[in-house]
Amino acid sequence: MSLSKNSLAKGVFLFCTAASAAVTLLVLVFMFLLGLPLLEGRTFYSLWGEQWEPHAGLYGILPMVAGTLWIALLAACLSLPLSLGAAGVMTSLGGPGVRRLLQLMVRFMTGIPTVIYGFAAIFLLVPFMRQSLGGAGLSVLTAGMVLAILISPTMILFMADSLAAVDPAHVQAARALGASRVQRLLYVKLPQALPGMVSGFVLGLGRALGDTLIALMLAGNAIAVPGGFLAPARTLTAHIALVKAADFNSPAFRSIFACGIILYLFTTAAVLCVRLISHTYGEAGRA
Amino acid sequence: MIATVWSKGLRFLAFATFAFSLCGFSALPCRADALDAFKGQQGTLRIAGGTAHIPVMKEAAKRIMERFPNITITVAGGGSGVGIKQVGEGLVDIGNSGRAATADEIKRYGLVAYKWALDGVAIVVHPDNPVKRLSKDQIQAIFAGKIANWKAFGGADHGIAIYTRDAASGTRAVFWKKALNKGEISKNALFIPSNGAMKTTVANDPYAIGYVSVGHIDQSVAPVTLDGVPPSLDNVKSGAYTIARGLYSITKGKATGLAALFIDYLLSVEGQEIAANKGFIPVK
Repeated sequence: MSLSKNSLAKGVFLFCTAASAAVTLLVLVFMFLLGLPLLEGRTFYSLWGEQWEPHAGLYGILPMVAGTLWIALLAACLSLPLSLGAAGVMTSLGGPGVRRLLQLMVRFMTGIPTVIYGFAAIFLLVPFMRQSLGGAGLSVLTAGMVLAILISPTMILFMADSLAAVDPAHVQAARALGASRVQRLLYVKLPQALPGMVSGFVLGLGRALGDTLIALMLAGNAIAVPGGFLAPARTLTAHIALVKAADFNSPAFRSIFACGIILYLFTTAAVLCVRLISHTYGEAGRA
Repeated sequence: MIATVWSKGLRFLAFATFAFSLCGFSALPCRADALDAFKGQQGTLRIAGGTAHIPVMKEAAKRIMERFPNITITVAGGGSGVGIKQVGEGLVDIGNSGRAATADEIKRYGLVAYKWALDGVAIVVHPDNPVKRLSKDQIQAIFAGKIANWKAFGGADHGIAIYTRDAASGTRAVFWKKALNKGEISKNALFIPSNGAMKTTVANDPYAIGYVSVGHIDQSVAPVTLDGVPPSLDNVKSGAYTIARGLYSITKGKATGLAALFIDYLLSVEGQEIAANKGFIPVK
């Protein structure tokens, strides 16, 4: 009786797993199929160009690829020290009160809708950037800064988890040798938790790559390859949001499937990176 | 005594409620005939598309829903392209567009367009910007990125921030055709997704230039006089200001049911009054 119940449960769960895995793959297949007409002649070549001029038959998405990478990498790099510090204080350096407060705040931050960050930034950060650094205030830097805050909870929680997972025996051994809190964090916990920290960074980067609203609201959406941190840029996600209204049968509309595929590949690469790191170092750690 | 207890917010709320109910009651007798057509109707009417249309849509929807609680009207933006596409695909009942639907769109979806107002597209700058008169050639040079500093026109020695609209925008389509003569728009132009957002952005950026529906202009932005003609309602009406377009509500096939009643209402005396109050030019 219990055996059949077991196998039934097993079957149900297996089905769910297979279904969700299939959906992920089907999305990719679907994008390829709908993007297939792009492979015809001129359109395909123009895709990899810098010119996005739909009325002239040019559908270059290179500026958007560049914009995505600029903004996401900047956000991840700005978020890294912030998250590293917060994770360190949360797990090792802070007193119990500070730790709990930080934990609560970070968890709360995960629940703040993206649009709130964007909205607040439009009225506070954008005018400030315009006055202090010139330009329109809508730039790679502005979007990157806000995005850094947005992705920091992902990084912090992942990093804090991996710091907390360090074998307590090692930490106590170091403590017995007279290592201070800071020394324990720097010389015992950090090196051991490094793979987890890198995974946290890559996951944060993945989130930054996929975010739409912040870039749409704050990066200015200009269709040129960004020439610097103060230049406006358009991300692939924002591009999809802006072009989706084009005619269904137009190459402009089809070209956003190419954007989708590139985004998909970016995110897949990030996830694979995380898997590879945890796989390699996880094995090494156990050995 | 009681008044001192009331906070400012409460007092405002009370006043607003009072004023609201007052105008509701006073307007009731004169609009009875226009809204009577909705009597006994119920259901949901979905409207999406052009962002220039939104103030009029919201006001009309509010008046109808207040009188007839069984009718629900939802108004969404998205831009003219979205409006045409969604009504064509049957996702909404009325698609709004600030440009005429193309022959291809009409043929493919079997669309019928109802024009209920005229609207100008005005070039706007920040009110503090001394440059408030430009020629069409100068506008084209600015939007193409050929002249990049306000100093060239007697303004501040500061770069010009060009704001434009996304591909779905009917305002953009009209501006591009009639002001830029289908000329180039600089790659460094910043993209704003709606008329409302364009107004807010230009109002907040002292070095901005952008363009909005004339109906959206208020004190927060300054309209630019084009070739000596200010984009006023009178000039749009007389044809002296040439960057103008019709505002359309589009249905798939001939409008029926609630959609037909709603469009009739827009074209009624009261509906045309709403359009005029929101800064557009009635067609009747």
